[in-house]
Amino acid sequence: MTGLVALLDEGRKVPSHRPVPRALVHEDTWVRAIVLLAAGELTLLSIWGDAGQVHMALLEPEDHRIAVLTLPCPAGGYPSIGQAHPPAIRLERAIRDLFGFEPMGLPDTRAWLDHRDGTNYPFLPVEGEGLHQIPVGPVHAGIIEPGHFRFTCDGETVVRLEQRLGYVHKGVDELFGGLPLEQAARLACRVSGDSAVALSIGFARAVEAALGINVPPRAVWLRALMAEMERIANHLGDFGAICNDASFTIILAHCAVLRERMLRAANTAFGHRLMMDRIVPGGVAVDLDPQNMAAIMGLVGDVREKFAALTKLYDDTASLQDRTVTTGILKPDLARQFGAGGYVGRASGRSFDARKHLGYAPYDVLSFEVPVLTEGDVNARVWIRAHEIGQSLGLIEQILHGLPTGDLMAQVPAASGEALTLTEAFRGDVLVWLRINGGHVDRCHIRDASWFQWPLLEAVIEGNIVADFPLCNKSFNCSYSGHDL
Amino acid sequence: MLKFLREGLRRPLTEPRPPVDPEFAALAASLNETAQRRLGHSLAIRQVDAGSCNGCELEIHALNNAFYDIERFGIHFVASPRHADVLLVTGPVTRNMQQALERTWRATPDPKWVVAVGDCGADGGVFAASSAVVGGVSAVVPVDLVIRGCPPSPTRLLAGLLSLFKD
Repeated sequence: MTGLVALLDEGRKVPSHRPVPRALVHEDTWVRAIVLLAAGELTLLSIWGDAGQVHMALLEPEDHRIAVLTLPCPAGGYPSIGQAHPPAIRLERAIRDLFGFEPMGLPDTRAWLDHRDGTNYPFLPVEGEGLHQIPVGPVHAGIIEPGHFRFTCDGETVVRLEQRLGYVHKGVDELFGGLPLEQAARLACRVSGDSAVALSIGFARAVEAALGINVPPRAVWLRALMAEMERIANHLGDFGAICNDASFTIILAHCAVLRERMLRAANTAFGHRLMMDRIVPGGVAVDLDPQNMAAIMGLVGDVREKFAALTKLYDDTASLQDRTVTTGILKPDLARQFGAGGYVGRASGRSFDARKHLGYAPYDVLSFEVPVLTEGDVNARVWIRAHEIGQSLGLIEQILHGLPTGDLMAQVPAASGEALTLTEAFRGDVLVWLRINGGHVDRCHIRDASWFQWPLLEAVIEGNIVADFPLCNKSFNCSYSGHDL
Repeated sequence: MLKFLREGLRRPLTEPRPPVDPEFAALAASLNETAQRRLGHSLAIRQVDAGSCNGCELEIHALNNAFYDIERFGIHFVASPRHADVLLVTGPVTRNMQQALERTWRATPDPKWVVAVGDCGADGGVFAASSAVVGGVSAVVPVDLVIRGCPPSPTRLLAGLLSLFKD
């Protein structure tokens, strides 16, 4: 019997929760789960607050079984996970800010998403001879989201980075409460605009699982088509931007053209460049006509040919690789401990991909590989993206060839239920937990992959020079909005 | 490498300037003569994300690609508000970004203009009802031009920014 099943058996199962089990547990089971997390036998998927209780979602790394444990905390406190398992620390600080629950034993007592202390945030003390600090942000020099980075340096070398996030906290949890499903889907897709498709798929799948809806196959396949187009567009943008941060602008210029063509194809085919609001609970809002199928097929061939030349150029340019190889190394142990998803995990030996390992439709019948490297440097994260673009192009061809005919939408009843889904966005797995009451959202928790990637960026920059931070940062490309909620 | 350099000599991808949008034309007309004279035909833009979902940022980024090539109109993005004529602000403005936005606005030398981008920048959009959100950009700093959309397409952004110039 696996550890997760044993934990579930100790609790009381909640029958309305789908497709993975949830159990109400006592404190001793909760603490046993923390011990298993700290021992690396389970991976933390998320922890979130709810009315009078906290939930933690766990993944069994071997067989990819998922379960939710719920601990009632009527007195307002619960045993902290973060005290033994650091990946939980920021999530628990957020729970304290948003729900007022006290994670008992949590070593970090500072607020996280709540910025009422303004500019008096107590950064961790740093001591040493000849150290200086560089404060950056929240308003950055480029066209990017806001956050604060506090670098402590010895000469040019960064000895510590401390992040302060939460600047774009928009009260998403609060907004979800009571929303009708259609409006909630619009909100879910705007939790992080660059992952709009993946987020709306995650939300729709959660609604459908909770209410027992069978989505028409054509809609499921069209969703995957949009998801792969979103993945390619984002990876192209990142590939170019990372090279640009090493001042190699020609690759950015060409990648930006390919990205633009992908967005235009999306706009022509589905009516929105970022494909926002095209995926709705029950199915999809738009169909794909034969003319646009042909256009996308043509674009796939073009991107494959042109991107191959760009990866060759990357591979042939020693001065560029001089900046990316051995820069910002994420050790496989840390990637595993934090359950790092996407290219961050896969460049450091953690192969988990929700499409492959959970096999949600239509990926269960499509053929693709999940590239994995172990070097963990910027270069490895660049190559994972390059390989994934190739895989996604292949997926699009399979989808266009095998696209089933039929309806686009199933009826969505005004019913009640609970569900948890994991969906693979371009930067990693997105978790959506949802409780629906009479056709309205009662509580929705969305955990972007960035939650577990941001802290790792603090680790990888250590010992690198300040000038390499943009490369490290871009190679992670974490979402601020997806994290700050 | 040579192949890519040669590619630069072929017919450019750049598209013609977008037509004048009547909505923006009306807004531009409300900018006084002095403002338009001062802006001339060159704009330094400091982009500020005051709480966006990053969708607007993606489309603002796209303005720099070869299809739109915004720099050919004399519009360029700068790294500091001290160098800027225009603050291009996406929102909703969150409580946690309010102070940073105010300070950025104060750090921008006069004369300056504020362009609010996106439905969230206009009025808070889907986030307007949140207690963590102050509202649209105009709830915090004076706004001269609003470019709506969720997110606005690069063409729409370009049309809006060009309306700041006098033809």
